[in-house]
Amino acid sequence: MSSIRSSLAGARGLGSAKTGTGHFWAQRVSAIALAPLTLWFVACLASQFGASYESVTAWLSSPIQASLLAIYMAAIFYHAQLGLQTILEDYVHAEGIKMASMIGLQLLNILLAVSAVVSILMILVGAA
Amino acid sequence: MAEFRLPKNSRISKGKHYAAPKDAKRVKTFRVYRWEPEAGQNPRVDSYEIDLDRTGPMVLDAMIKIKNELDPTLTFRRSCREGVCGSCAFNIDGKNTLACTMRTEDIDGDVRIYPLPHMPVVKDLVTDLTHFYAQLESIEPWIKTDTAKPSRERLQTPEDRAKLDGYYECILCACCSTACPSYWWNPERYLGPAVLLQAYRWIVDSRDEATGERLDELEDPFKLYRCHTIMNCANTCPKGLNPARAIAETKKLLVERRG
Repeated sequence: MSSIRSSLAGARGLGSAKTGTGHFWAQRVSAIALAPLTLWFVACLASQFGASYESVTAWLSSPIQASLLAIYMAAIFYHAQLGLQTILEDYVHAEGIKMASMIGLQLLNILLAVSAVVSILMILVGAA
Repeated sequence: MAEFRLPKNSRISKGKHYAAPKDAKRVKTFRVYRWEPEAGQNPRVDSYEIDLDRTGPMVLDAMIKIKNELDPTLTFRRSCREGVCGSCAFNIDGKNTLACTMRTEDIDGDVRIYPLPHMPVVKDLVTDLTHFYAQLESIEPWIKTDTAKPSRERLQTPEDRAKLDGYYECILCACCSTACPSYWWNPERYLGPAVLLQAYRWIVDSRDEATGERLDELEDPFKLYRCHTIMNCANTCPKGLNPARAIAETKKLLVERRG
């Protein structure tokens, strides 16, 4: 150890953040939600495979289908945000770059989730 | 960020070779990592040919033979030679384990002995475990109570005592923590499997009264939640323990107390 600080001070560091369980739990719950939603989404894609634009938008105009798809999109980008944040925390050690990429990642995932939901709404109201 | 090669001064070169006696019948070559801080040279791997008929069955027996008879400069920690002190933990044949409980015959080909991975090397096979021990101290691995001291021992039912099984046996050899990629990348902040297993050993102890405070101290994205269930810890533990389970149980308690 090159520091003249005590090793215990180094190990204690800034102490416990008293957080992390919410992130851990949200990652598990969103994963559980994504399992059946992905099966549903793949089944829908298969059923609409090769169908016309009108057929797909008509199918998406059902409130249940549109809601499920919106929830699916939200869960995907939420889960992606949680997982990618973990990767940044694991591997990026420069505080400045870490903070900047965390904020950028969050903004990107919010943008993608909102634009996905807005697209679904536009189809629903017949604007697309 | 990621580094794909060892730093220049860490790249390993070929070292000295010590041949077996001519009449040796069962020869095994031990390739051992060597590094002297004073020499100012890169680490090297020395090879020692050992006659298995003239040494004990364990890797540590051969290492002691090398130190006594071939090369007294070889430096390593050892003490009990029976798997209870945790001193002779090295990376043997690519896996962290205790030299004293690892049979030489169970290793195919040459026996490669390196220091515990990703730890600062003091000399040869001796690594600097200062931070590891400080992390253990930081979780306060002793009983904490507020109730007045009983006149006799603190009682515990056999069922509660059984909850310590699989945890109290840990000898703190550091095989698990130094096998954990999460500990490699974030050793300053992540406590690592060995220390988290020790922490859980006190969390689950029915006699301890500081369970909540212990959980408070662990609830941190880095101290605890760097564990991604890679399971190298359970795979490598020379005592057959499962630190990953201790960590998972701790996470479950943290979820449980949220309501």
